[in-house]
Amino acid sequence: MVSFLRFLINGISLGSVYAIIALGYTMVYGIAKMLNFAHGDVIMVGAYIAFCAMQYLNLPPLLSVLCAMVVCTCLGVVIEGLAYRPLRQAPKLAVLITAIGVSYFLQNTALLIWSSNPKVFPSVFSVGQIKLFDGNLVVSSETILTIAANIVIMVALTLFTGRTKMGKAMRAVSEDKGAAELMGINVNRTISLTFAIGSALAAIAGVLLCSAYPTLQPTTGSMPGIKAFTAAVFGGIGSIPGAMIGGLLLGVIEILGKAYISTELGDALVFAVLIIVLLFKPAGLLGKPVNEKV
Amino acid sequence: MSENVGTPLLKVEDIHVYYGSIHAIKGISFEVNEGEIVTLIGANGAGKSTTLNTVSGLLKPRMGMISFKGESIVGIGASRIVAKGMALCPEGRRVFQQMTVRENLEMGGFSRPKEEIPASLEDVFKRFPRLKEREKQVAGTLSGGEQQMLAMGRALMSKPKLLMLDEPSMGLAPILVEQIFDIIKELHAAGVTILLVEQNAQMALSIADRAYVLGTGKITISGSAGDVLADDRVRAAYLGG
Repeated sequence: MVSFLRFLINGISLGSVYAIIALGYTMVYGIAKMLNFAHGDVIMVGAYIAFCAMQYLNLPPLLSVLCAMVVCTCLGVVIEGLAYRPLRQAPKLAVLITAIGVSYFLQNTALLIWSSNPKVFPSVFSVGQIKLFDGNLVVSSETILTIAANIVIMVALTLFTGRTKMGKAMRAVSEDKGAAELMGINVNRTISLTFAIGSALAAIAGVLLCSAYPTLQPTTGSMPGIKAFTAAVFGGIGSIPGAMIGGLLLGVIEILGKAYISTELGDALVFAVLIIVLLFKPAGLLGKPVNEKV
Repeated sequence: MSENVGTPLLKVEDIHVYYGSIHAIKGISFEVNEGEIVTLIGANGAGKSTTLNTVSGLLKPRMGMISFKGESIVGIGASRIVAKGMALCPEGRRVFQQMTVRENLEMGGFSRPKEEIPASLEDVFKRFPRLKEREKQVAGTLSGGEQQMLAMGRALMSKPKLLMLDEPSMGLAPILVEQIFDIIKELHAAGVTILLVEQNAQMALSIADRAYVLGTGKITISGSAGDVLADDRVRAAYLGG
């Protein structure tokens, strides 16, 4: 029972990281109708920036995270402006291939700057742990921080898209760009803002991920990126609460699957569940069925 | 009927619009004077909506000039044109289906200062009491007529001097069509200049001051609404003989 709880908490913690990454995928998809496959690599860049800020500049952890967020925000906006914006009218496939190209570009650049030797991410957020059930269940501070960060981000994003003028404009653009433009909304700027927010979240996710799994190398972002993309599809791509639920479920299924069924098959199980869900709910758990207008 | 004094509010000169290699608009010129109701009529595919989309900035003309209040607006983009006082209520309404009625209206006032929004909301609700009742409802759940009202209310939120309406009667029951046209007349009486695109030529000509008839990318007939209504070619082509 205690071990089940431990797995569950680990699952929620990992799932929280997936959820934060999935938010970036889902927001960008919702607004630009494109899969930004470079998103996972922005996570990696964020983690490296935070690593360098702490290691070489001796900045305190929180300030380092802030640095990473600023750099990733700029990176996201630049990627969108240089690589994706010129392709706004281009076929979807061209955009997809560009995104894969950007992903490799980021990985190779990281390889050039930081080399392929894994860096050990400092355990900055290990400030203690909580012991439950006479010390049988240990919950680390990273775990608590990750889950808390996820909740805060979720609430903040919900308030932003539901209450603020720019947040509502974002929803308007994601529904109908032409109509949004007719309202006086600058569509390009709104898309930039979405990339900025998604990339800042990616930076946070990068730091949280590397606090839990401290090996940092240029390919660090790709697997979590793909899993988070899966989580976004799982929850219903384009839906913010969907990304949250999809991420959490994915994390829990992965950890429980690895613990009780097979360590080797853990990832395969995740995708098996995804396929089953999509068979019954093709738009994902919270996705809205798309009515293509002819 | 308005007199042509000074510069027209909207002046379109010899615009050419292409969709890829298709030459959709082949040199259209027309103007709308302040205080007028001008209608563009014509068959399906004549280029009526393309013309409005070009004037509103959603499409860019390859050649030609469009000026609003004497100032060129070609290439500045739809979002900046709205702020200059021109709003398009697009074909097929295009309300934001997943947003509430109120949020849709707020988006309509996007280009205006925040403190002016509540008063404009009041105005729109006064004109369309039905929208007030549905304020918190998601727009996708409204009926076709209500969605048209919402689309018009949303366009009015930007306080336009010139309101362009693209097929406001499309898909509505006759009684609703009359209601929509009554509202257009009310708006006109309140000082809004109107450029109306309609397939329902009879209705459009009955409220317009002047009319232009569009045939495959060109203006074929123009004149006062009465003259156009009496034109044999128009009667044969659009009014059922």
